[in-house]
Order: sequence, then structure tokens, then C-alpha cells
Amino acid sequence: MSPRANPGTVLRDTTHVGSDGEELLLDVRGLSVEYDTPNGSVRAVDKVDLQLRPGEFLGVVGESGCGKSTMLFAIAQLLNPPARIAEGSVTFAGRNLVTMTASELAPVRWRQVSVVMQSAMNALNPVKRIGAQFADAMKAHGVRSRTEIADRSREVMRLVGIDATHLTSYPHQLSGGMRQRAMIAMALLFTPELVIMDEPTSALDVVAQRSLMLQIKELQQQLGFAVVFVTHDMSLVSHFSDRLMVMYAGQAVEVGPTREVFDTPRHPYSIGLLDAFPSIRGPRVPLTGIPGAPPALNAMPPGCRFAPRCPRRFDDCDAAVPPLYRIGTAPQVVEAGAEVEVRCLLHRDGAREPEPTGPVPTAHREETL
Amino acid sequence: MRFIARRLGLFLITLWVALTVNFFIPRLMPGNPAEAMMARYRGRVNPEAMKALEVAFGLNTHKSLPVQYVDYLGNTLTGQFGTSFTFFPQPVSTVIAQALPWTLGLVGVTTVIAFLLGTAIGTVAGWRRGGVLDSVLPPVFVITSALPYFWIGLLLILLFTVVLNGFLPSDGGYDPTLTPGFTGEFVVDVLAHAVMPAITILIISIGGWILTMRNNVVTTLAEDYITMARAKGLSNRSIMWQYAARNAVLPNLAGFAMSLGFVVSGSILVEYTFNYPGIGYMLKSAVDNQDYPLMQALFVLITVVVLVAVLLCDFLTAALDPRVRTEG
Repeated sequence: MSPRANPGTVLRDTTHVGSDGEELLLDVRGLSVEYDTPNGSVRAVDKVDLQLRPGEFLGVVGESGCGKSTMLFAIAQLLNPPARIAEGSVTFAGRNLVTMTASELAPVRWRQVSVVMQSAMNALNPVKRIGAQFADAMKAHGVRSRTEIADRSREVMRLVGIDATHLTSYPHQLSGGMRQRAMIAMALLFTPELVIMDEPTSALDVVAQRSLMLQIKELQQQLGFAVVFVTHDMSLVSHFSDRLMVMYAGQAVEVGPTREVFDTPRHPYSIGLLDAFPSIRGPRVPLTGIPGAPPALNAMPPGCRFAPRCPRRFDDCDAAVPPLYRIGTAPQVVEAGAEVEVRCLLHRDGAREPEPTGPVPTAHREETL
Repeated sequence: MRFIARRLGLFLITLWVALTVNFFIPRLMPGNPAEAMMARYRGRVNPEAMKALEVAFGLNTHKSLPVQYVDYLGNTLTGQFGTSFTFFPQPVSTVIAQALPWTLGLVGVTTVIAFLLGTAIGTVAGWRRGGVLDSVLPPVFVITSALPYFWIGLLLILLFTVVLNGFLPSDGGYDPTLTPGFTGEFVVDVLAHAVMPAITILIISIGGWILTMRNNVVTTLAEDYITMARAKGLSNRSIMWQYAARNAVLPNLAGFAMSLGFVVSGSILVEYTFNYPGIGYMLKSAVDNQDYPLMQALFVLITVVVLVAVLLCDFLTAALDPRVRTEG
């Protein structure tokens, strides 16, 4: 099927030329989200930059409470009070979503940007049949013909490998994996350019996780949509994503090509995240994990936010706020997006690699799936 | 289908238990209506008169208890409740048949309106949490739902009948000078008589629906499927009604069924305040006059209505919530 031959597809400009001349589908600049509390506002997402080319798969990883999901909802313009976008822009297909009104956003939603949420049990309306929930999305975007809705619904169900008879099922009648697939099917109704996924596999067992990931990847390659995929499971996403973004305390701390970040993590936090997952083969090594928890939003450390938990911190870490340092993976950056950005003072001079005396050797990491 | 059959079966069993209790409890109590009447006349009734009373009350029977029980069940199912003392010599069934439409019309319709209106207002208030509607209504309705029925009724009578010089009638179900029938004049008169009692019930009962629905909606709005609906680009209106209200109303249905059940019995004070010729007013007269057949029939009626209401609620819940249907 041709993804762009959907009924009622509107003509649009899908290219946005970023400052460096690349074609961008999504260009997030300096995005900050604040929660208003009785004691003033706290910042959950702090000046995040994010670029996504059409068809690209970006993994966003980090612990719970690092602002991953908040950032996703900010990109999708789904924040609810007391959360609000404090500053920054989200340019999607050349238009800044942040400044658009609700009625301007409505045609962009689902047709161009769809969302897959963490728990399909909660994200599907329990009192409506799956098919009816597909239908109301299509009707909201002006598809009136019943046969057209039915045909497209059956088509997307087939795409995710569920029998179309389940369109008449209610969400509680499906298994967890099927619900998640049904939600992905719903997200593909209009074959959007961007699918935002918020831990879609977290509620599943590892076998279902892997099969769902393979399915997502296959669909992505087949239909060509871009994905922003949030998870706390770094090893899961590492097999499927093109680029990886590690978030900590509301900031991006390491961004780069997946293999690069996964094989040679540079930020001590990325190293810690990878060490938190066991290896299937190889010697049994005690899991180190990262002691402590992310800082409270209203009590951020003055210098590097990771400093209090960092095994490799030094004096400067408590005072200097590290920016994102851009380091080349090769002597010269071959293609745009191939460079790695790290928010760590260890990489201040732009050349220093992490010392080989890290907690666990990081090269040739065992794949854990 | 299996669901409906099961619920119907359960309904019949509950009904049977309720009727049985209604049969045995009066018979477990000491004394009988004839003795009670004797006591009223301080024993100045001769034994022949006593016997006559017992015959009139149907107490002269020498049938055994099980036979009486079977007779009772049969009579109840065929609607033969005996003769009313208060409205002698009319049979109880006739008396009730006259009062029932008034109560169903007034209290029934008002209860349904209160539920629908309260649910709608509560939905909007919860949807616009922190808005004007949401800030004003809850405190107001906490107060109104705590007011006594008769006090509101008296205030309304004072305002619309006394101060406004008979703008609205305050007494009875219709003007007795009119001939009952389907004439425009009579219908208008019946509606005019129903306005004040209906407003009284509405003012007091709507608050509960608004408050609970508002809270349910606020809780529902935090659900993922609401966020999902917004992501799908649905209009606010369809999210509010099809996603938020559809789910938020489910916990209120049981309460609605109960309030429907109490339609028949729960309006005594209102009907009494306005001399409205309904079941509540009749129940009060029955108690005043020790009209046992009428009382017993009314109790059976109230029980049946509550059970039917619960049964309807089960069906309604099943219709609105697919998760209920698949149990078992």
C-alpha cells in the first residue's frame, strides 16, 4: 500500500530546513516544560533540543522522573495543567506547534502525528469497541464513508497482525499484547509522518516486547514514518533506534547514533544505565546500577545535575553547569547527525574519551536481547 | 441473553424473599388489627362486635399458616390486597391505582430530570474544572441538598401562592372544580399544580448528582484515554460526552436506580406539604388510620418498585459498560 494515498490526505510541506541545512521533520528547540505548584513553578524539561529527519527512529531513555514522557506530551501538545510549555519551539513539518491554536492543531493531530501510550488498557476507552474508536478518529478528520472507515480499519488491523474480527471487541476482551497492537493499528490509520511512543512495551512480558518491537520496526520501514520512542530499557530500544537520546533530570545528557552511544557511552549516567542491565552471555558480573535517585525538581544541584550520584565527579562538577559538548565519532564528522553530544565536564576539551577504568568495560557490550 | 436470564432469576428470588418477609413479620408481632381497634375503644366493644371486626378484617380464618401463606402469595400476584379501611369500601388495588399515576408523574419524572440535568451540569463543571460554573455550583448545592423538603416547599408556597397572590396553586393535584379528562384546561391545571412540588424535589435532589458527576468527571479526565482522544484530534464536545461523561456516569447508575426505587416512597414530605394525592400522602393516611391492608399493599409495592429499579439499573449498566456483560 502507498502510505501517502490515504483518503483525504491533505497537501502539506513536510520538510523543514534546520539551521544546519538538513531536512527536518521535527525540530525541537529549547523546549522547557514547567509545572505550576503552590510554591512556584518547577521545571521538568529543561531546554531540550531534538531533531528528527523523516523516517528516523529516535530512542529516548532515562530513569523514571527524568522528564521523558513530559517531553513527549509537550511535543504532541498534550500537556494538561498544571504542566505548560515555558519556552521553546516544536517545529513539525515547518510549523511551530507550540503557537498553534487548538483548531489549527486538530487537523495535524493523528493525520500527521499520532501517539501510542504506555498502557493500552488505560489508553483505550473501555466502553467503546475497538472499531468505534478507530471510527471516531477517522470521523474527526472528515472521513464520513462507512465502507471507507471499515476498509481502512481492517487494513491497519492486518498490518499489526490482529484478526479484523477484533474490531468488534471491547478493549478488556483483548490480551495486553493485542491491545497494544490495536493501539498501534489505530495510530497508523492515517499513516502519519511521526508516531510518538511512550513506553509502549513496558506493560508486556519480554517475549511480547520483542515481537512488538520487531513489528514496530517492520511497519516503520514499510510505511516510512518517524518514531520518537521513550523507554527506560536502553537495551531494548538499542536494537531498533537510529539515534539515542539519554535524558537525566529534564535535560538531554547524551545524544548520538545508537551504536555509538550504546557501544561507547560517554556520559557517566549512560554508562550507569547500561550497567543496570545484565548480560545474557559472558561472565556473571554483579549489577552495579546507579545509587540514589534523580534529584527533586525543586532542588536541582547547582552544577552538573548528575554530580551527586556520579562515580567520576571532580571538583568542577559542583560549580560549573556543563553544556552539551559536541564530539566527533571519527576524526571528522562524516554525516550530519553522526556526532555525539555529551553534557559532561569530562568532555570539556572535546577530545577526552572516558578513561578505560570505568566500572565495566564498555566496548563490545553483550547484546541483551 | 444469559446475563438477562440470570438477572431476572435473581430478581424473582429476591422478590419472593421480600414478599415472604412481608407476610411473616406482621404475624410474628403480638396482637392483630381487631385487637388494636378494641384498644382504641378501651374494651367498650362487646364480643359479638369483636367477632364482626375479625370477620371484616379477614382474621376469622382457621386456615393454617402455610395455607394462608400460599393464599397471600396468590392474592399478591393477582393484585388482591383486600379492602381499604380509610377509603371503605374501595378495594386497596383501586385506591393505589388512583394514587400511583400522580406519584409516578410527579416524583418519577422529577427524579429522572434531576439525574439527567445534574449529570449534564456536573459533566460541564468537571470538564471546566476551576471555571466559574465549577466554583459556584458545588458550595451552592452542598447547601441546597441539605435543606429539608418541607421547608423548601413552605418557602415556595409563601412566595408563589401567598406573596404572588395565587400565581401557582399550592394544594392538591388539580383544581376540583374542573372535570378530569384530556382537555387542554385540565392538563395545564395539572402541570401548574405539579410545578412547586417538582421544583422542591429538583432543588434538593439535583445537588447530589452534580457533585458526584463533577468529581467522577475530574477523576476520569486524568485517564489515559482522554489524553489519547485529544491526541486523535477529536472535538472537545465528543471527548467530553463520549469519553469523559460516558465513563464517569457508570458509578452513578446504581445511585440512580436506588433513587428511582424510592420514587414511590420517598416523597412523603413533599406530597404532604402540597396535599398531593400520591402514594406518599396515601401512606401517611394509611398509617394515621391504621389501614393495615393498604399499608401492606404499599410496602409490597415499594419493595417491587425498588427491585424493578435495581433490575433496570443492571440492564442499563450492562448496556453502557461492556465489562459488566462478560462477567461469569
